[in-house]
Formats: sequence, structure tokens, C-alpha cells
Amino acid sequence: MAAAGAPLHDPAARGRLTAALLALVVLWPLLALAEFKPWQLFDSANAQVMLNFLAGFWPPATGAEFLALLVRATLETVAIATAGIALAFVVAVPLAAVATRSLSVGRIGPARTRKLGTAVRTGARALLTFLRAIPEIVWALVFVRALGLGPGAGVLALAVTYGGMLGKVYTEILESGDTRPARALLEAGSPRVAALFYALVPGAAQELASYTVYRWECAVRASVVMGFVGAGGLGQLMDQSMKMLNGGEASTILLTFLALVIVADALSAVIRRVLA
Amino acid sequence: MSRALAAGAAAPPERLPRCRACIALALALAAAVVWSFAYLAVDYRQLVSVESLGLMAKFVREFFPPDLSPAFVAKAAWGALETFAVAAIGTLLAVFGGALLALPAAGRFGISAALAARLALNFLRSVPELVWAALMVIAAGLGPFAGTLALALHTTGVLGRLYAESLENAPGAPERAIRDAGSGRVAAFFYATLPLVTAQGVAYALYRLEMNIRMAAVLGFVGAGGLGQLLYFHLSIFQQPQAATLLLAMFVLVFAVDSLSAFVRGRLLPAQG
Repeated sequence: MAAAGAPLHDPAARGRLTAALLALVVLWPLLALAEFKPWQLFDSANAQVMLNFLAGFWPPATGAEFLALLVRATLETVAIATAGIALAFVVAVPLAAVATRSLSVGRIGPARTRKLGTAVRTGARALLTFLRAIPEIVWALVFVRALGLGPGAGVLALAVTYGGMLGKVYTEILESGDTRPARALLEAGSPRVAALFYALVPGAAQELASYTVYRWECAVRASVVMGFVGAGGLGQLMDQSMKMLNGGEASTILLTFLALVIVADALSAVIRRVLA
Repeated sequence: MSRALAAGAAAPPERLPRCRACIALALALAAAVVWSFAYLAVDYRQLVSVESLGLMAKFVREFFPPDLSPAFVAKAAWGALETFAVAAIGTLLAVFGGALLALPAAGRFGISAALAARLALNFLRSVPELVWAALMVIAAGLGPFAGTLALALHTTGVLGRLYAESLENAPGAPERAIRDAGSGRVAAFFYATLPLVTAQGVAYALYRLEMNIRMAAVLGFVGAGGLGQLLYFHLSIFQQPQAATLLLAMFVLVFAVDSLSAFVRGRLLPAQG
């Protein structure tokens, strides 16, 4: 408490100073671990290599043969991403419905099944964490054993990893919205599925849809990872172009990625407008 | 709502065209999914054949038991720490970069600056992290710094767009009030608009941190350090038990960061609960 007449000062100053000091203490070892050395970028040898490499990026390749390859690779990538997200959706929806706390009957009153419900929810959450904690490339390596090199392993790897991520985010979206309508329905004796679709989904539909489209966009980018298991698509093409240091082809592929992102944005806007 | 009430009997037909759009959209999406599966023509029945189930089981069994010798666990823990550092510093750099680009992208410096900033953000976002990493390995050499820069560049694109949307959606009245009282533009922004969007901005950054932890682990595959590099090394020389330990470390790291971030985000935005 400042006495009357004391010079004016910021009452939050001490807290902010402590936070800044703490941040510095935490940040220093992290910067050291990440080998944060920005001056390396301006090292003349590195800069020269990079500049030579980037200079090769212009002009973008437009040969007819390459464009034909590019169209096929783009279709493949889009198909892998779409099929993967469709399967991921099928994995995510039931797990999210089970894991959502606002659909718990046990929470609204004494119920014999309360402990069982908590156990099932925790189990579903653990499963979601497991699915998404293992990188898609490792899942792809597992599925390659069964399906061989090709798009199948990529689709299934996306389905598993993105299923875990969609499920987790769906749960968070459903829990962070207005949960009172669901509670009212459950208290009136409605089954959980009805409470989900009539009380929770309408309020969250736009957010759920835009996150799903965003994940589709991420799946398109993940095709770069999928190139590792011979899944074809833009990733494999990019890998070949980079290895042959063909900058022109690489920049055409990057422009294709940009176009796909813009398509995803437009799709997201359309879906949100329809659901509004 | 009030419009529908005032319209009275006219309300029901208003719903019809909208639902036609819903059905058209649902059909289009379903068609896209069917086309995708047909185009790829993968025979998924192989997945459940006895032979391939055996092959997958054999592959998974090779991961057990994980190598839990103290020396290797220490190595995995160090890798996890490095991965965390890469993700954290990359996200932090992206918060600053995203905020800087979000100001013009939200239309604060005119329409041409907005279009240019949006194009830059879309470009940063559309280049996959692994491609950024491959480029940064050329620019900064092998090691975690390349991974940090790759995450920072891609995440700047994502966060910048989200921040620009937050700035556009923030109510403008407080800033106008301060400007009308004679303050400069900078002070008005820092005291009126910034506090309104800070909580949401930090929540977005934490979300990205969760994703970047996973991404940082994959970036190691192109030589950007951390758990990914160790995983790539041990998988490529068929040392599955060591790879299992690294996957375990990844699981622990993802779980810890997700829980911490969910806790902090819950505290930041209590009004939504």
C-alpha cells in the first residue's frame, strides 16, 4: 500500500518484473539446448550456399512432362489426405463422444455407474493420447508391413494419428462451449447420443468443421512425411526435386501447396457459412 | 431471432434453401471421400489377412522390451529436453513474428499492406515444416537450430493468421475511446486492444506448442536434432528396443506438455466454461 503523497507507481510492476526474470531463467537453458545461434545464418559460406540454392528456385518449372507428373501427384496427395481424414473422423467421433465430460450422466447426480464412467473416460483419453503421441511416420512403418509400399500405409497412418488429434480437439471444443443445454437434456432423461447431437453439436458445429478442414490441410502437408514410405504424391516428388537440387521444380511444388492451402481456406469458409 | 419473430409465418420457408445447401455440401463431401478411396484403389483386405497381421505383430513385437538401461534412458531424456527446447523456442519466435505480421494483416496499415501480409502468412503456412527444415539445414547447418527456425517460420504463418482474426474480431470501442481522448495510436493499441486479445493469443500459442512438440520430434528425420534424430538413427539400423524407449519418451513428453497446456489454457479463459 503506497502512502498518500508517495510517487505514483505501477502496482503490477513487481509481479511483471518477477515474471520477466523467471522467463529469462527458463529461457536461457532452452536457447542453449536449441543451439540458438542466429549469426550462423549470416556466416558468409552458409549464406552463399543458400543464395545459390534459392537462386535456382526461379523460374518455377513449367515443362509439360513435369506438369503432368505434378497433376498426378497432387491428385494422389489430395486423395490420401481426404481418405485419411475420413477414416480419422470415424476413429475420432466415437472416442470424443465417450471422452467428453459434459455428456457424463454420473456427474449430474448419484449414479452407480459413476466410477465406471470415469474409468471409461480416462481410458478413452489415454487411447487418444497414445494414438497421437506416436508420429505418423512410425505408424506408416507398421502398416507398410501389411500393405507394402504405397498409399495404403499413408492413409492408415493418417487415420490413426489424426484420429487421435481430432478426437482430443473435438473433446476440448465440446467441453469449452455452453454445456447447459446438454445438462438439461440429460437431467430430463435423454440418452447421451441425443444430448450430443441436439445440445452440444449445434453450438460447436462451425468450430468442429473448421478444425476438421484445418486438419485436412495438415494432412496434405503430411504427404511430405508420407513420401518416406513410398506413398507417392507431392512429398515424393518434392524429395526427388530437392535431391536433384532442381529448384525450379521445387518452387512449382511449393506453389501447388500454396494453392491447396487457399482451397482449404475457401472450403472452410463455405462450410462455416452453410452451418451458420 | 427478432427478424424471424417479426416475419411470423414467413419464417419456415426461410429454412429450406439453407438446408438444400447443407445437403449439397454433404453430398459433395461424401463424393470426394468415395472418389479418394476409389482413386487410390488400395486393397485394405490385406490388412486383416492372417499373414499380414502376423507380419505387423512381428514388427511390433521387435520393439519389446524397450531398452531401459540407465545410459540409454538418460540419452532419451536429453533428446526429449532438446525436442522441447526446439518446440518452445520455435513457438516463441513465431508468437513475435506472427504478432508483427498480424498487425498489417488485420488491415491496420491499409488494404495493400493487408493483402501483402496475408499472402506472406499463407506462404509461410503452406510450405510444410519438413521442407522448411530441409531448407534451414542448408542455411544454418545440421542441428536443432535448423529445426527451431523451420518451426518458427511455419508457425508464424499459422499464428499470424489466427492473431489477425482475433484483432479483427476484437471490439473497437475501447481503442476509439482512448484515441478520442487524444492518445497516440501506439498507446491506444497497447492499452485497449492488446489486453482484449492477449488471453486468446496465449491460448493459441500453447495449442501450437502442443503440435510443435510432435512436429519437432519428426523434424529430427532431416537432421534437426532431438528425439526424432535419435529415432531415425535407431530405426534405420533396426534397433527397435531403443526406438521403443524413444517412443515412450515421446509419449511422456506429449502427455506432459498437453496436460500443462490444457491446465494453463483452462485458467486463461475461465469465462467459457
